[in-house]
Amino acid sequence: MSWLDIGDINDIPLRGARVIKTKVGCVALFRTAPDEVFATSDRCPHKGGPLNHGIVHGQSVTCPLHNWVFDLNTGQAQGADEGRIATYPVRVEDGRILIDTTKLAHRSAA
Amino acid sequence: MQKLVVIGAGMASGRVLEHLFEQAPDAYEVTLFNAEARGNYNRIMLSPVLSGEKSYAEIVTHDDDWYNGNKVTCRFGESVVGIDRARKVVIGENGEVAYDKLLIGTGSAPFIIPVPGKDLPGVISYRDLDDTNAMIEASSKGGSAVVIGGGLLGLEAAAGLAQRGMDVTVLHLMGHLMERQLDEAAGYLLRKDLEGRGITVKTQASTKAILGEDKAEAVLLDSGETLPADLVVMAVGIRPETRLANDAGLTVGRGIEVSAQMQTSDPDVYAVGECVEFDGQLFGLVAPLYDQAKVVAAALLGEDGAFVPKELSTKLKVTGCDLFSAGDFAEGEGREDIVFRDPARGVYKRLVIEDNRLIGAVMYGDTADGNWFFGLIKDGTDIEEMRDTLIFGPSYQGGAAADPLSAVAALPLDAEICGCNGICKGTIVSAIEGGATDLGAIKATTKASASCGTCTGLVEQVLQVTLGDDFQMPASQAICGCTDLSHEDVRRLIKSQELKSQAAVWQELGWSTPNGCHVCRPAVNYYLLADWPLEYQDDPQSRFINERKHANIQKDGTFSVVPRMFGGMTTPDELRAIADAADKYKVPTVHVTGGQRIDLLGVKGEDLPAIWADLNAAGMVSGHAYAKGLRTVKTCVGKDHCRFGTQDSTGLGIQLEKKLWGSWTPHKVKLAVSGCPRNCAEATCKDIGVVCVDSGYQIGVAGAAGMDVKETERLAEARTEQEAIDLATAFMQLYRENAKYLDRPYKWVAKVGLDWVKERVVDDLEERAALIARFELSQTIYRKDPWAEEAESKSEQYQPLADLTLEAAE
Repeated sequence: MSWLDIGDINDIPLRGARVIKTKVGCVALFRTAPDEVFATSDRCPHKGGPLNHGIVHGQSVTCPLHNWVFDLNTGQAQGADEGRIATYPVRVEDGRILIDTTKLAHRSAA
Repeated sequence: MQKLVVIGAGMASGRVLEHLFEQAPDAYEVTLFNAEARGNYNRIMLSPVLSGEKSYAEIVTHDDDWYNGNKVTCRFGESVVGIDRARKVVIGENGEVAYDKLLIGTGSAPFIIPVPGKDLPGVISYRDLDDTNAMIEASSKGGSAVVIGGGLLGLEAAAGLAQRGMDVTVLHLMGHLMERQLDEAAGYLLRKDLEGRGITVKTQASTKAILGEDKAEAVLLDSGETLPADLVVMAVGIRPETRLANDAGLTVGRGIEVSAQMQTSDPDVYAVGECVEFDGQLFGLVAPLYDQAKVVAAALLGEDGAFVPKELSTKLKVTGCDLFSAGDFAEGEGREDIVFRDPARGVYKRLVIEDNRLIGAVMYGDTADGNWFFGLIKDGTDIEEMRDTLIFGPSYQGGAAADPLSAVAALPLDAEICGCNGICKGTIVSAIEGGATDLGAIKATTKASASCGTCTGLVEQVLQVTLGDDFQMPASQAICGCTDLSHEDVRRLIKSQELKSQAAVWQELGWSTPNGCHVCRPAVNYYLLADWPLEYQDDPQSRFINERKHANIQKDGTFSVVPRMFGGMTTPDELRAIADAADKYKVPTVHVTGGQRIDLLGVKGEDLPAIWADLNAAGMVSGHAYAKGLRTVKTCVGKDHCRFGTQDSTGLGIQLEKKLWGSWTPHKVKLAVSGCPRNCAEATCKDIGVVCVDSGYQIGVAGAAGMDVKETERLAEARTEQEAIDLATAFMQLYRENAKYLDRPYKWVAKVGLDWVKERVVDDLEERAALIARFELSQTIYRKDPWAEEAESKSEQYQPLADLTLEAAE
C-alpha cells in the first residue's frame, strides 16, 4: 500500500463527488452524508457516463446518463442492471483524503 | 516516603489520589499543582451551574478538609512552568518541587478558531468554573449570545444561557448538530427541540470574524450575515494540553503517549485523563478516565494493572433532550439499518446490524432501551432470532415469531391510531364493522388519517387485520421505494406540517432510507425550495447534474452552454462574444435551438467556469437551458416590423422573460408571444402562450409539443401588457406550488382542471395578487445568474481534485 494525500475532505461537497485523473483513467471520489469517502472508476460500464456527476444517496451513486445505480462498497450495479465498476482503497485521516496509489499507477492494474 | 507530584487537579488525577490514599495512605507525600485557583470539582456538572440548577459548592469533589486530611500540599492558582527530568524536579511559578514519581493530568485546552477578533473581551471558551462564572455574569445583563460549535459543550452552553434569558444563536460548521454522536435524523430532532426553546440554530455556518471595538459586538459569517453578540462562546472542540510534556521531551503524538500502565516515555512520569493518547486513541468521557485512574494508582503502588479501552455508549442529556448513541453507526459494507420513527412523539431509533450482530445504535426521544441495546453490542449477541422485533426493545422479545401485522392486531381497542383527531382503534374497528371498508370510507366516517395523514399506513393495517382477505391494500403510487407516500401527499404534508428541511421530511414522513435516492431527493428538494423559499436552502447535491453544473450533460460527458437572449433578441456584440467563446474553448458544434437561442455543444466540464465568465463579461447570463425552470420566451418581431403585427410581441416577451427567469418549477416551462393570430412564434403549443390581437392579449396555457402534442387552452384575455404579465406570473406560481415534480403544466392542468386554475388565477383578484407576491418573494432568492456565482466562488469544484498522471510511477 502506498497512501497519497490528495486533499481535504471538505474539497468534496457533502453527498457529492470530485474526480481525480490517474494513469488508469478518471477516478471518482464520493463523500456520503456521514462523511465516508469512496473511490471508484468514474466510468459507467453502460454508456460511459461520468459517475462523479451522479446523485449520491446512502452508499450508492446514480449515473447521470441513464440512472444506473452502483453500490460504492462493491462497485456492483444494483437492481436489474448488470455490471461493475472498479473500486479503489481510500481512507480519511484527520480530515485528509488518502488514496492507495498502487492500483492507480499502471494501466494494466485496472 | 516517596514524593509524588501531580500537575493538574482534574477529575482523572483526583480519582488517582482517591485510590492511592484508600489503598496506601502513607506511600506518598503528594504535592498538587493546579493553575485554577481551586481544587478538584465535577466538571460534568458545570452545565447545571450555568443554568442555575446547582451552585459551585455542590459540585466540589475534594474540599480543603479532604486535602488537609490526606496531607496534600496544594499549590492552587500556580502554573507549572517546566519539568526538569534530569534533576527530577517540577518548576512552579513560586519555586521547584522534587519528585520521585510525577503524574501529568493537564487535561485539555479549548480549541480557539483563528479568526480576527478572537481575543476581544466577551469572547470566552467553556472549560472551567471561571468560564462558567463569566457567562453567568454576562447573561445577567441580558442581550444576545452567539455560541460557536454545536457539539455537546456548545449546546449545554446555549441551553444554559437561554435559560438565563439571553437571546442565543448556535453556529455549527457541519450539516447537523453533534455529528460525531448523532446521525442526521437524530440531529434534526435535537435541533427542533432546541428551537422550541427559543434557541436559533444555524448549521453549515462558518465564522469569518468577531467584530467589535473594545469588546465583542457581533459575529460575521462567511455568508456575509452579521449576528449581534454581547457574548461569544467558543465551543468548537478541545485538544489535549501537552505543552509541558512536549517541553520536557516526552513522546507526544496528538496527546501524551502512554503505555497500558499509563507510563509515558519516562518510566517515572505517568499521565492520565484527557491529555493522554493510548493506542492512537484520545479520551474525553469520564468512564475511561476513571479506568485509567485505577491503573495509575496500581502502578504507583507497584501493582499490576493494564488499561483496556472499552466500547462506549453516550447517554446525553442536553437539558431535557433525551439522546443515546453507542457503538459504530456509520453506514458500511455489509451493514444494515433498522429504523423506527414515531413523528408524533419525536422519537427516532436506528440500529446498525452486521453479521447478525448489533454494532451500533442511535436513539432520540425515547432512550429507555439504550442499555439493553448497549449490552447486545458489547456482548456481540446473535440477534438473528429476534431481528424482526429487535427495535421494539426487550419487552417484545421471547414471544411467537412476529407477523408484521401482529403488532397492530395486538393493540388494545383504546389505542390511539390517529393523533390529530384522537381516533382510537376501537372507533375504526366499529366503523369497519359498520360498512366502511376502505380508507376513503374510514376517513369520511371517523376522520382518522384525514388530517396530517401520517397514520394512513396504520389505518390500512387496521383494515387489513379486521377484514382479512376481504381488504385489498390500495395500489401504491409511492414516489419511490424510500416511502409509501405519493408526490401529492408529500407536497401537502410539507405545507401542512411546515417541514422546512430534508431531514424534517425524512423524519416526520418516516422515510425508510437515510437520505432518499435519485428519484425522491430532487423532488423533495424542489418542493422545499418552492414552498419555503426563504427558510430552505437549495441543495445542489439533490439536483440532477444539469442543474448542479448549470449546463446540459451530453452523451460523451461534455456539456452544452446556452446564454440567455431575452425574448429571443440579441445584438452583434453578443454574437461576437459567443463566436469568440466558441473559438477560444474549441467548441465543436454551434446550434440554433427551437427556442431561439444559440447552443454551444461539446464544452469540457473544466472549462465551464471560464466560458461563463467570458459570456458574463459580454453582459450575458445563463439561459437555464438545463433547468426545470423557465427556459425561453420565444417571440416574433411584432408590430415594430411586421405588417400584420398587432402588438409589441418582442417587448412583451422580453418583459415576461425578465420577470420569470431564474425561477425553479416542477418541470421545464417554455413560453412564446406571437404578434398576431398567424402565430409565427408557435405560442399555441407552449406551457404558456400569448397571442396578440387588436383588442389585447389571448393567454393560453397547458400546451405541449413534445411526446404529446396539444394545443393550449384559453386561460383569459388581457387588455393590457401588465395584465398579461400578471396572469402568466400567477399561473406560473400556482403551478410551482401545486404540481407534482416532473409534471409539465399540461399534465398538471389535466389533473386539477382548468376551471380550478381559472378560479384562482383569473377570477379571484386577491388570490392572483397573493400568487404574484409569493412568486416575487421567491424570485428575490432565485432570480440571479448561477453562472456568475459559480464562476466566482466555486470554479475549483469543476477541476479534478488531483492529477496523478503527472506523478512518477512507483
